Amino acid sequence: MLDSPLLTAAAVAVIAMAIAVVAAVGLKVLRSFRELGTDAERATYRTLHAASRAGQHLRTGLNPTGAAKASRQLRGLLGCDALAITDTTGVLAWDGAGEELRPLLMGLAAGVLDGGPTAVIPAGADLQRAAVIAPIRAGTRVVGVVAAFAPAAGAGLVRATSEVADWVAAQVELAELDASRTLLMEAEVRALRAQISPHFIYNSLNAIASFINTDPVRARELVVEFADFTRYSFRRHGDFTTLAEELRCIDRYLLLERARFGDRVQVSLRIAPEVLSTVIPFLSLQPLVENAVRHGLEAKEGPGHISITANDSGAFAELKIEDDGVGMDPEQLRSLLAGHSEGDHVGLRNVDARLRQVYGEDNGLVIETAPGEGTLVTMRVPKSQPRHDA
Amino acid sequence: MNPALGLAAFAAVSLATVVIGFYGLRISRTTGDFYVASRTVRPWWNASAIGGEYLSAASFLGVAGLVLLSGTDALWFPVGFTAGYLMLLLFVAAPLRRSGAYTIPDFTEARLESRAVRRVTSVVVVLVGWLYIVPQLHGAGLAIRTTTGLPAWVGQVAVVAVVCVTVVAGGMRSITFVQAFQYWLKLTALAVPLLFIFFVLAGTGAPAVADAAVNPTGAAPAGPYQSISLFVALLFGTLGLPHVLVRFYTNPDGQSARRTTLIVLGLLSVFYLFPTAYGLTGRMFAPGLARSGHADALVLLLPGRMIGGTAGDLLSALVVAGAFAAFLSTTSGLVVSLAGVISQDVLGGSVRGFRLAALVSAIVPLGFAFMTESMALAGTVGLVFAFTASAICPVLLLGIWWRGLTDAGAIAGMVTGGVLCGGAMVAGSLLGAAGTPSWLAQPAAWTVPAAFAVVILVSRATKSRVPRTITRLMTRLHSPERPLATER
Repeated sequence: MLDSPLLTAAAVAVIAMAIAVVAAVGLKVLRSFRELGTDAERATYRTLHAASRAGQHLRTGLNPTGAAKASRQLRGLLGCDALAITDTTGVLAWDGAGEELRPLLMGLAAGVLDGGPTAVIPAGADLQRAAVIAPIRAGTRVVGVVAAFAPAAGAGLVRATSEVADWVAAQVELAELDASRTLLMEAEVRALRAQISPHFIYNSLNAIASFINTDPVRARELVVEFADFTRYSFRRHGDFTTLAEELRCIDRYLLLERARFGDRVQVSLRIAPEVLSTVIPFLSLQPLVENAVRHGLEAKEGPGHISITANDSGAFAELKIEDDGVGMDPEQLRSLLAGHSEGDHVGLRNVDARLRQVYGEDNGLVIETAPGEGTLVTMRVPKSQPRHDA
Repeated sequence: MNPALGLAAFAAVSLATVVIGFYGLRISRTTGDFYVASRTVRPWWNASAIGGEYLSAASFLGVAGLVLLSGTDALWFPVGFTAGYLMLLLFVAAPLRRSGAYTIPDFTEARLESRAVRRVTSVVVVLVGWLYIVPQLHGAGLAIRTTTGLPAWVGQVAVVAVVCVTVVAGGMRSITFVQAFQYWLKLTALAVPLLFIFFVLAGTGAPAVADAAVNPTGAAPAGPYQSISLFVALLFGTLGLPHVLVRFYTNPDGQSARRTTLIVLGLLSVFYLFPTAYGLTGRMFAPGLARSGHADALVLLLPGRMIGGTAGDLLSALVVAGAFAAFLSTTSGLVVSLAGVISQDVLGGSVRGFRLAALVSAIVPLGFAFMTESMALAGTVGLVFAFTASAICPVLLLGIWWRGLTDAGAIAGMVTGGVLCGGAMVAGSLLGAAGTPSWLAQPAAWTVPAAFAVVILVSRATKSRVPRTITRLMTRLHSPERPLATER
């Protein structure tokens, strides 16, 4: 049992991995020795490299963790003994010697924070090193200071510190831009957040009304379905739901549509049970079905067929809505999805935008259609979404 | 036995697998009725599917062979294989289902908020999967050689080809029903021939040629250390098997995950009665098989030997069908979960990437299987369990139950467990069966505690790296969820 083939296999695997590791390390070491050009080129490279490293840390805005990492890079850039970054309320990071001065810094920087120019404080009795304190201006506001400490504050250090402070300001503005872009996207999603279409309410109520005299029992059932449907659609908590819940909502929706269209709408489903508990964005599938009914079948003569398929496809769940309705022109659809033209396919664009936002640009809707050929809409959702609560 | 019947049995099982894979879903769920379509998989179905996926070549052929060779000592294998599910039930099933993570790398990444941990976990998971596929292929080679006389590689290539075709062509889209079918096929394939054998024995009153308590090879029994170490490996190893964990996501919630596990325990217990009975019958009536080195083929050969004639041939064909069901189901389950991990981490998660990854995850172990020679199936699978128990289990268990786990601790633990256990396996293979001390031959008893200790110590030393969202994560893992809106 000991001399098993598996052991040999394991041995081969371990040796192969060891070789791979050695090769990877060797390559890395070799690369670091590679010639990098003249001294000037190397200095430029080092400066840019330090700046871009520091930039990464500042992209989340002025906060203690980012500032601490960035100050290390920036101190190397300025070649000073110590470098500190503050915001308007306190010292965020101190890198290098003389940290005992930390409590004093806010006092020294008060003038700069109030909108004054770069301050130079020479070394003296209570200060072992000279300090250069430059404001970080984002727009017109001063959001903090960069303070550099060196034995003597020459003109070079003063200029360099000001430049570094301006550069930090640019990064902070970028971070604010990022933050506002996120806010904008959230606002957009909230605005996009599935709205139940007014046409649908009107049509459903009319259809129900027509049954009240002829078939009161059915009318009553339909009102209950309508109430359940609206309760689901109007719910306020959570941006996600499970496929199973979304299917129930589609079921109610189709019941109401069938009240209007009768047997003109035929539906078939093929659902892999494995993906029923997959988390999907709230009301992301129902608008696609509604689109199939309204734009695919309503305009068509005779009965139409909608098929809803859910498949397990590796790490993804693959959901498909297909109708054999009138279809549409792909070019027109493209400009509609890109937001260039206003159409009444708001549902499609809405779902597409939300999917791209939540799962990345590669995971939007895939739509195959041509005039008269029906429409196939495919949506791929990762099965694993530990961050999203249904 | 008749080679044509063996081939026919293999062809029939492959065909059934493919047909159910492609059409089973269509037959069962093509309906306009939302109520029927959105019914989740019942715990019974899911438990059968887990049984189908879990019962590998080691269980189908290996356990009986081992009982033949070492008698009641070998019972630790079925006991351990089954008891692993008790651990799963108690400590892992429900919290993992609630985490929403779909694979072990997904789970560790979500739990520790670290891409590095994800990468290390993925490497370990892929390694485990590959190592686990190799004995399945050896089993397939053995079965083909024993029943048809063709060279072993024919069986290995055939299994890989069938798995590749079904997985790549998308035939495993609703794998639950395929796997559930495989469980019942395996059970039938073992139970029916055994009943016939008992009937024949009772009818003819043929006396036993040997005592069941006597070891036909005369080898020394395993010491208590080896038994304990093996048990540790099987108990903890089940927790980390990638293809087993994925099944639990078919359950709609944590509670039904637990119920499923309970049924699995029952199904496995029933199943393991049969290989054990084969082993003991073999000891009493065909001890020669043990001496001729055909122990793993016992299940395949016994019906033909005991019954003979056309009836014996047909029963042997049934056993062959069950054996191939075991190779196909376990291999395809592993290939699907490995392809998921590889395509997501390396190829960006596209459909094409998944297919490519499926090919890679089936063909690499085929290469391993070619390079190595099959010995004892149950033993090699036991070592894979030891590896899983050392490398994955500590991080999984502590990730679910200990707030203090950090990314550094997890990586250190996985590397330690993997290197120690992998090193022991390599050392064992270099020293050879005779020269290996038992602590190297069965390393789990010390590698698993070592991995746990390293995870805990390193996590303690890097306390500041505990994710800030730990309370939210733990609440999610351990508090009951809202029920799914699938029932009216």
